[in-house]
Amino acid sequence: MTRKPLFSIKMKDRIFRIYAIACTAFALIMLAVLLIDITIKGATRLNWSFFTNLPSRHPEESGIYTALAGMVALLLFTLIIALPIGIMAGIYLQEYGKKNRLTRFVEINISNLAGVPSVIYGILGLQVFVRMAGLGNSILAGSLTLSLLIMPIIIVSTREAIKAVPDSLRQAALGLGATKWQTIRRIVLPASFGGIMTGIILSTSRAIGETAPLIVVGALAYVPFIPEGPLDQYTSLPIQIFNWTSRPQQGFIINAAAGIIVLLLFTFILNGIAIYLRNKWYKKTNL
Amino acid sequence: MVQKNKSVKELNPEYKLESRGLNLFYGQKQALKDVSIQMSANTVTAFIGPSGCGKSTFLRCFNRMNDLIEGVKIDGEVLIDNVDIYKNEIDVYEYRKKVGMVFQKPNPFPKSIFENVAFGLRINGEKSKSYIEDTVEYALKQAALWNEVKDSLHKSAIAISGGQQQRLCIARAIAVKPSILLMDEPASALDPLSTTKIEELIHTLKDNYTIVIVTHNMQQAARISDKTAYFYMGELIEYDLTEKIFTNPARIETENYITGRFG
Repeated sequence: MTRKPLFSIKMKDRIFRIYAIACTAFALIMLAVLLIDITIKGATRLNWSFFTNLPSRHPEESGIYTALAGMVALLLFTLIIALPIGIMAGIYLQEYGKKNRLTRFVEINISNLAGVPSVIYGILGLQVFVRMAGLGNSILAGSLTLSLLIMPIIIVSTREAIKAVPDSLRQAALGLGATKWQTIRRIVLPASFGGIMTGIILSTSRAIGETAPLIVVGALAYVPFIPEGPLDQYTSLPIQIFNWTSRPQQGFIINAAAGIIVLLLFTFILNGIAIYLRNKWYKKTNL
Repeated sequence: MVQKNKSVKELNPEYKLESRGLNLFYGQKQALKDVSIQMSANTVTAFIGPSGCGKSTFLRCFNRMNDLIEGVKIDGEVLIDNVDIYKNEIDVYEYRKKVGMVFQKPNPFPKSIFENVAFGLRINGEKSKSYIEDTVEYALKQAALWNEVKDSLHKSAIAISGGQQQRLCIARAIAVKPSILLMDEPASALDPLSTTKIEELIHTLKDNYTIVIVTHNMQQAARISDKTAYFYMGELIEYDLTEKIFTNPARIETENYITGRFG
């Protein structure tokens, strides 16, 4: 075996580093170009009336009022439905479920569900909620569909967060005479709160951006009123953006860009909160 | 240093802790074989033996912590104050409050020092603020920790030293007012200074509690215990006064172990 000169190892090291940097830079530059392009196009339309106007066929007078209201209502109902079920299912699987073949099968499939394309959920929602349950193209049907979409994420992240709580803490609580539920409620859940919250927020930001399933279950593009109840028709910001981009007039493209800025801000803020909570809680519990 | 209590108290005819013909299985593997032992109130009993000999498993039988492990089967009797704790009518949660447990690694809850000690009271539904405060102070004093933490009761328990955390765990167990303390190698993760403190503490706690301690440190067993039980391969080989075990053991296996020829 001949020893390679040190120089070539160093060179390899440098080449690999440059390659990694280039890849990172490529991703960042693409993102930056997208953001800059959107901002330049959309910033002119971002004023107060953009938030308070109803949609209109004149792009300059068009706003995202109903789309925002619809999105908030949609998220609200989605979380009301998905959170209790998802978190309790996560607690069950991690704390109560026996570790056998069946639970492993369930676990794997929940993870698989988290990766199913969202349009599939849309089609399921269309058949089950819109048609069979007769909910029509209501907010409730949309929320139920989005709940299905984010529930696997909530279950998986709840389980991960609970799994990270050391067993020694459970034993300590049980040793003091706590029941299983007291142990979960007073020790396990507080210690995993940061992780669970992170999962909730990330799933929320996923739900915000979803367009395909909502189109399938019948979110409308033009809604001249804000929803007042779960059975009202609705639109949502991504739907509104999607609709605007398919219009030929240049003015609507600008509207779409402005809408994208709002949507991105929403997502960034939610992700920011998730990161903040995670750091804060992990420091506190030292897990 | 701890003074060893030479004159063992006159043993109670009524035993505080007792096991009769106890067998324990992990699935197919038998971890405890026909273990019978009696321990009197207000004594310190040390369980010694090589790793995997079943001494920790046996200790955990006394507060039914083995129930938590899937596939564990137990037959025989475990009695506390002459009551079989594996009988169906026993409320395991009520019963565990009578038996405090201290683990090998300090495991304080990620809560304040105060809330750690108050935990046992709160899960009992205790609401009286003054009672909780008094009990927390009492327990921390018993655990010889009060003077070190009385000004920082609301600091996180994670932030104090390992030795302090272990004494906090002892205080947490004491706060529920048990009559028995089970300790599973309580000092093995601590530095010598903290170990000495824990040993001194065990010595004073004996007045109020019946203490069973698992230890790998034979000097420690000799220093702090009244009686010593030597386990090997799931069997109780010898159980006698500590002094006798360490000076004149009846069984050759025990002698080999304590003199370091084995284990």
